[in-house]
Amino acid sequence: MPGVEQEQYSGKLIVIEGTDGVGRSTHTALLRTWLESRGHAVLDTGMTRSILAGRGIKEAKTGHTLGRLTMQLFYATDFIDRLENEMLPALRAGFVVLTDRYIYSAIARAEVRGIDSAWIRSIYGMALVPDAIFYLRIGTAQQLVERLLSSGRGFDYWESGMDLYLGEDFYDSFIEYQTRMLKVFDRMTGEYGFHVLNASRSVRSVAADLRKAVMRVLDETGPSAEDNVSVIQPRRDKAATTKAGATLLDLNKKALP
Amino acid sequence: MISYGQHQFPGKLFVVEGTDGSGKSTQLALLYQWLKAEGYPVFFSEWNSSPLVKDTTKRAKKRHLFTPATFSLLHATDFADRTERDIIPPLKAGAIVLADRYIYTAFARDVARGCDRHWVRDVYSFAVKPTAAFFFRAPLNVAIDRIVSGRPSLKYYEAGLDVGWSDDPEESFTIFQGKILEEYDRMVSEFGLTVIDASRSIERQQREMRMLIGPYLNRKKRARSN
Repeated sequence: MPGVEQEQYSGKLIVIEGTDGVGRSTHTALLRTWLESRGHAVLDTGMTRSILAGRGIKEAKTGHTLGRLTMQLFYATDFIDRLENEMLPALRAGFVVLTDRYIYSAIARAEVRGIDSAWIRSIYGMALVPDAIFYLRIGTAQQLVERLLSSGRGFDYWESGMDLYLGEDFYDSFIEYQTRMLKVFDRMTGEYGFHVLNASRSVRSVAADLRKAVMRVLDETGPSAEDNVSVIQPRRDKAATTKAGATLLDLNKKALP
Repeated sequence: MISYGQHQFPGKLFVVEGTDGSGKSTQLALLYQWLKAEGYPVFFSEWNSSPLVKDTTKRAKKRHLFTPATFSLLHATDFADRTERDIIPPLKAGAIVLADRYIYTAFARDVARGCDRHWVRDVYSFAVKPTAAFFFRAPLNVAIDRIVSGRPSLKYYEAGLDVGWSDDPEESFTIFQGKILEEYDRMVSEFGLTVIDASRSIERQQREMRMLIGPYLNRKKRARSN
């Protein structure tokens, strides 16, 4: 693919994934500060933050005419712009790239909307395989609602999947939509080797686990020998994961006969 | 999601393709007038026309923000919006949809820019397969002369200056158009494009188009008022 050549780079690509309202941005921000305090240069990025397409997506989402396919492709444009112009240069320069959501959220949203899963995966085929994917997992959509309300944010049209006509109101739709999203994420956990973190605990204990796990990714020794982290070790498929520079396209080729 | 070739609609989709300056837009406009005069419900859709994507594309072209991959994806976004808004609904309603440039434009341009041929085809696999696709084939020098003499200066992406073949816009444009033409030629058999010799007179080309489209038209679909 243009722009994304297979190559070795010295940085690390760390992904924070999870459904809406699980605390991804809180943990990304905490992790960034912590990493910088330890002397790592950090680039953080996330969906719709591209210079190219970020504004256009936000504008399109305020209207009522954004179709399903159009939405997926707009997000893919945003992602590839950030991949080529932000993430890759930072990785080459030895940065730790922290990304709040990656292709997995995009794939999950597409699949929940009935989009062909081979199609969406092929579009994102040029993405890099991350060094680690931390999935902040919460068990049920009801728990997400509690968090949403206590944070004062309330229900959002797209986070509630209102475009899918799943329920009479935002609450019903949110529950159904997020339940489906959680299912897709659970399925992807094994497929892509997510490190699962139980996100229903306090911010402090999730952050502590995250730091320990990140330290391992960066080959640093932790501050404490006691390691009661509830990180499920991912399936380590040697051929497909964490080879810096390998692309997901390779991963797909290996997974698909 | 229904893939290319799998859609079933009562309407008909005719598309015109070809390099810049091949005269395809003129031909499509004449076809549109004729079909309207004949009383058919006709809907016109052109490349790069999505209101959702327009501002993003305009800004990116002005500020040179595109890479070949994002150029391809943003145009695919535009095309998806066209498909969901302007192409599928009229086809379902039984109308004739005329498209000025279609997925083959992306296949030709993006591959000429260096995108992977299979990847680009995968990205556009949601597209409706046209009833007939006309490729207006003009010799390279004719097309280039028409464009270069017709406007004050070539635009950055239009000339393929982003790829870095040459710093000279005219030279870059010539290389780019040559590669595009090669891709079109390759697609003739791959997608069954109907080749129209664009070096002949406008009238002759239009007669040929009308003759080729005739058999697909359903005379009963014409409006009663005519």
